[in-house]
Amino acid sequence: MATTSTINKEQYDYDIIRKFTIMTLVWGVVGMLVGVYIASELAFPVLNFDIPYITFGRLRPVHTGAVIFGFGGSALFATSYYVVQRTCQTPLFAKGLANFTFWGWQAVIVFAALGDVMGHTQGREYAEMEWPIDLLIEVVWVAYLVVFVGTLMRRKQPHIYVANWFYLAFILATALLHTFNNLAVPVSLFSMKSYSLFSGAQDAMTQWWYGHNAVGFFLTAAFLGMMYYFVPKQAGRPVYSYRLSVLHFWALVFMYMWAGAHHLHWTAIPDWTSTLAATFSIMLLLPSWGGMVNGILTLSGAWDKMRTDPIMRFLIVALSFYGMSTFEGPMMSLKDVNALSHYTDWTVGHVHSGALGWVAMVSFGSLYHLIPKLWNTQTYSNRLINVHFWLATIGILLYITAMWISGIMQGLMWRAFDDFGNLQYSFIESVAAAHNLYVMRAIGGLFFLSGMVVMVYNMTKTIRSGKV
Amino acid sequence: MKHDNIERNVGILLVLTMLAISVGGMVEIVPLFFIKETVEKVEGVRPYSPLELRGRDIYIREGCYLCHSQMIRPFRDEALRYGHYSLAAESKYDHPFQWGSKRTGPDLARVGGKYSNDWHTQHLTAPRSLVPQSVMPNYPWLVKTNLDYSDIQGRMKALRVTGVPYSTNQAEFERNVKEFGEEVAKNLHIPDAEKNLLAQAQAGNYDTNPDNLTEMDALVSYLQVLGTMVDFKKYDDDYFVKFR
Repeated sequence: MATTSTINKEQYDYDIIRKFTIMTLVWGVVGMLVGVYIASELAFPVLNFDIPYITFGRLRPVHTGAVIFGFGGSALFATSYYVVQRTCQTPLFAKGLANFTFWGWQAVIVFAALGDVMGHTQGREYAEMEWPIDLLIEVVWVAYLVVFVGTLMRRKQPHIYVANWFYLAFILATALLHTFNNLAVPVSLFSMKSYSLFSGAQDAMTQWWYGHNAVGFFLTAAFLGMMYYFVPKQAGRPVYSYRLSVLHFWALVFMYMWAGAHHLHWTAIPDWTSTLAATFSIMLLLPSWGGMVNGILTLSGAWDKMRTDPIMRFLIVALSFYGMSTFEGPMMSLKDVNALSHYTDWTVGHVHSGALGWVAMVSFGSLYHLIPKLWNTQTYSNRLINVHFWLATIGILLYITAMWISGIMQGLMWRAFDDFGNLQYSFIESVAAAHNLYVMRAIGGLFFLSGMVVMVYNMTKTIRSGKV
Repeated sequence: MKHDNIERNVGILLVLTMLAISVGGMVEIVPLFFIKETVEKVEGVRPYSPLELRGRDIYIREGCYLCHSQMIRPFRDEALRYGHYSLAAESKYDHPFQWGSKRTGPDLARVGGKYSNDWHTQHLTAPRSLVPQSVMPNYPWLVKTNLDYSDIQGRMKALRVTGVPYSTNQAEFERNVKEFGEEVAKNLHIPDAEKNLLAQAQAGNYDTNPDNLTEMDALVSYLQVLGTMVDFKKYDDDYFVKFR
């Protein structure tokens, strides 16, 4: 990989990366705060306060939008613009356009959140944004593609580094998914309301093709790109296996797109789609673990850094959670397991072991590496990075343990029969039984949020000492 | 081709990646639009009336789908708890589908007719007054907010563009009479939307206050129609199995 820079640091366009980095921190706090709040609403419904704008149903998309697209999205913009410049040894192509992606993307997140609380929603998970925002996303995304590919094209290295393949796949797939999942007919040009072009079973398939691959490309492939740059950098070692990275890249981008229908097991879609999706989901374990293995083996020989380098801890734990949740996912896509797990909190726990354990942890590690470099300074406190690490890790463990227990409990209670063949529990008994676990989940979230706040404090101090 | 060539050429990398990510969706989704058996042939499923449609819009606005599914799976416990498993046909006019992915509350696919209008109005306004352990938010504004139906025709016209058979002229109306019967066809006629909406609200008295037309009227009318369109006594189960 290109570790020696042949051009002067000042020639790289860091300003745009600094902006995205700061917004990553901001959206992290906002998104996680809303997450903790809605988790608390489920434990204590009085917190809905009879105010339409803050009910669970309206705030939930604010949470998912702010963490996935605000926090995750800004982290990806920041790191992809950094990685593509460093590995191509060239400044960004079309600076003005890159700047537009910043303001455009931030506008998307803000408008999406406002739309959500006001009740303007398409009623599709993770794609709640109504049609005017969708159009803005489309424009920003094309600009992103132009900047990224343009920068790749003027690279000074003959090879395109592996991290960039993943970022490129993420940009292309997101464009494809976003476009087809948001085909809708607006009520009028002056109305926020629209109706999706597809209906019923076809609409469900389109939505979960989108939903699953938003996870597959936005939250996995792209963050693997991040991993492929920052793990070797932080470890000071080259990527373990080039061949493995080639293999698992192509396998991953090909197979992910087949797996979406496992979100629709036992529903009114044709059985063959469901079976096909389950088959590919299980095969997907291999390329997923290919990435994990390559990341972890890159660290071998640098294990001593685990003890001394808190950033390393974030990265290794991120890879571990990635491995765990990409095992859990295929398992949950088995029809028999899914019959129990679907519709329960287990799914919520699974998502969060990926989102908190993998996505957030690898972003934290990468940002801790990146921020001092961007502001040309030293980290304010390594001890606080360590504090953040433990708060985050404890938070995740509390969260997913609570959701495993409540999820499996719900699944078992719903299907329990008494000796006479009647249902043993009413639905509300399963709700009541989950109460303590919902409290535990909210506390887990609070831990994770506290860690995020510590990071913001630490990085604010770091940035203040910057020499930019 | 050696992989080396792909790594050296952005264009090839871009095209090959695009190909790799396009196959899955094309194989799994596109056929569903063409294979007729994807949606069962079944009598009774009809587009929503204007009032039900506005109710459905409110259901979506409040994010009900985030805690309630509308998709009963073919299991014994679900049959006992919720009723016959859901058919694809039952959501064929649902733009968007509202199958959901999470049951923080119970499934609603067949909630229609199970509870009285009174019960729904009270439950939506203050769930814990009826179900003490419920974690559902109160929706007290539904009975206090007058239903805005000024753009009901626009909404139906947009749905018509997506393929829902709402009628705009006499020919389309007669087609609907043939398909759904005159009673239903009248309710699907866009020029009469306001009149039909008011009439249904008046006759149904969904929010138990006959003097006003509120969002509660619309939402309860929607909940009360869920899962009631197909008469399962007309079919034996072997009939539906062949569509899966």
